[in-house]
Amino acid sequence: MSTQLPFLAEMDWHQVWYLISRPDNVPIVLLLILCPFYVWLAFREARKNDNLIAQLEADPELAKTHHRTTYPYKKGWPKTVQVWPHLLKREFLAMVIVTIILIIWSICLDAPLEDPANPNLTMNPSKAPWYFLGLQELLVYFDPWIAGVVLPSIILLGLMAIPYIDVNPRGNGYYTWKQRKFAIGTFLFGFLVMWVLLVIIGTFIRGPGWLWFNPGETWDHHRVDHQFNRDLHEFFGIEGTWPVFFFGLGFISICAGAIGGVTHACIKKMMPDMLKRMSFLQYQVTMQLWIMMMLVLVKIILRLTFVVKNVWVTPWFNV
Amino acid sequence: MTDTDTNKPDQEEGNKGGLFTTLRSKVKSPSELNKELKETVLWKSIFRHKLDGSPRNRSLAVLSNVFLHLHPARINRDAVRYNFTWGMGGITFYLFVNLTLTGTLLMFYFHPSKGEAYRDIMFLQYDVPFGNLLRNMHRWGAHAMVITTWLHMVRVFMTGSYKPPREFNWNIGVLLLLFTMLLSFTGYLLPDDQLGFWAVTVGTNMARATPILGHEGPFGPELGFTAFNDVRFALLGGSVVDANALLRAYIWHCIAIPILASVLMIVHFWRVRKDGAISGPAPVMLESEAARK
Repeated sequence: MSTQLPFLAEMDWHQVWYLISRPDNVPIVLLLILCPFYVWLAFREARKNDNLIAQLEADPELAKTHHRTTYPYKKGWPKTVQVWPHLLKREFLAMVIVTIILIIWSICLDAPLEDPANPNLTMNPSKAPWYFLGLQELLVYFDPWIAGVVLPSIILLGLMAIPYIDVNPRGNGYYTWKQRKFAIGTFLFGFLVMWVLLVIIGTFIRGPGWLWFNPGETWDHHRVDHQFNRDLHEFFGIEGTWPVFFFGLGFISICAGAIGGVTHACIKKMMPDMLKRMSFLQYQVTMQLWIMMMLVLVKIILRLTFVVKNVWVTPWFNV
Repeated sequence: MTDTDTNKPDQEEGNKGGLFTTLRSKVKSPSELNKELKETVLWKSIFRHKLDGSPRNRSLAVLSNVFLHLHPARINRDAVRYNFTWGMGGITFYLFVNLTLTGTLLMFYFHPSKGEAYRDIMFLQYDVPFGNLLRNMHRWGAHAMVITTWLHMVRVFMTGSYKPPREFNWNIGVLLLLFTMLLSFTGYLLPDDQLGFWAVTVGTNMARATPILGHEGPFGPELGFTAFNDVRFALLGGSVVDANALLRAYIWHCIAIPILASVLMIVHFWRVRKDGAISGPAPVMLESEAARK
């Protein structure tokens, strides 16, 4: 990895334009715009609701009579509206707009078609479809069985566990930040950093040979990186199958324990009612998922800063 | 037809007015016609209620229509706000419908076999009328659908809409997210070009490292798995991405996953209704009320 960020004048703008104008990269350029926009929109609504909540908390009398949303409402107004026409006209409008966007997009940009498939000519870089590039980027940090199989499975199971481990009754059906800091913070970290950011790195940063190219750096197909991939135990001069095995196991346990301990202390201090509400099993699952996400981050940082290949080496698998 | 053409026969029969006048007296005004049309058996057999804007008719317009009846007759007055829903779930579904239509049209021109597949794409691009537009719409619609699915999920999370009673529907949604990406992924191989071939090679190479079931995964070789009987072999119908893989991707893409996803979508939408329509915007909850729960 070259660590020097090229000055703007030295940037290869042709390379930048090539990458962002690839038809298949357009969705990631869209993501770069849409993700910040919708996160901003959600937080704008959340701030309004949080202000309203603060106002109602301060004034119990108002809380009894207020309609409890930030949208205008007067006494006597119906609480519901007819689906026809109020919802259906909007749905129709959305269909028209999406159709127009899709047709214009399709007229302006052609779907890519490369040469016919040729098993003897490897594409360099050969990349998965853009929405899987986060997982492909994880291949830099983990063996394929973790990056390609275990982590995606845990992501799916973790997502499915969310409604059963989030026992906070607040924020059901409205945007809020102050009432759900841990849940929203964790989810957005997972989505924006551990998924979207990795997709962006996999698309724009990883060039030939899956090497790291800073934005504006020319993709040099002949570049060779002389990296010393080292396992963590080699930093400490540990040798022999079992010492290495227990060193790795110990390191991961200590990391997990530290992350879990710090998180537990924070939750105890800042969110005592979260602890009270959760069953032992719910708390365990939450902690395991949280620790695993953080361990992935630790491995990414170790790899990018110290070029650590594995932290836990065993005769059967490496982590 | 002019007056002079029609005058003669009228006068012979001694009618006082011309035929044109007679005919004109029988012609009805548009409003009369409209009224009579709605009295006909044909009209009444199709439309079961009147069309004026009374609340009853507006409800019936939704409830008595098979395509609209997924909606309730009335909804939360603020649920139609763009700031709340972002419209992403609906747009995702619309894109799915769009992809089904363009995909069906593409299938008319596509043979899922080596050699022919790539030629068919070239044919679509350069010979089929609007073939290129069709293919582009399918490709960009698919990309857009992945994005809208993600954003829909973000919206549902940010509004806490997976909370009781909607826990199970969130799970259906996670599966739909998976199927959306798998739909897109299986379609990637179909042009049989370098892009699709290597993308699917990279993607399915992960499968060979599956623990226990893959021949390069932990404990895979110990259990007797080789490149010719492991989970990757099952996915590709071979040890490399070739003709069988193309056919399998085609069948997953055009038949199996769309059916699975459709079934899940039916459940998803049904549950939205059964769990009391979309979650909000709900009244905010105060700390004292949360403590009681």
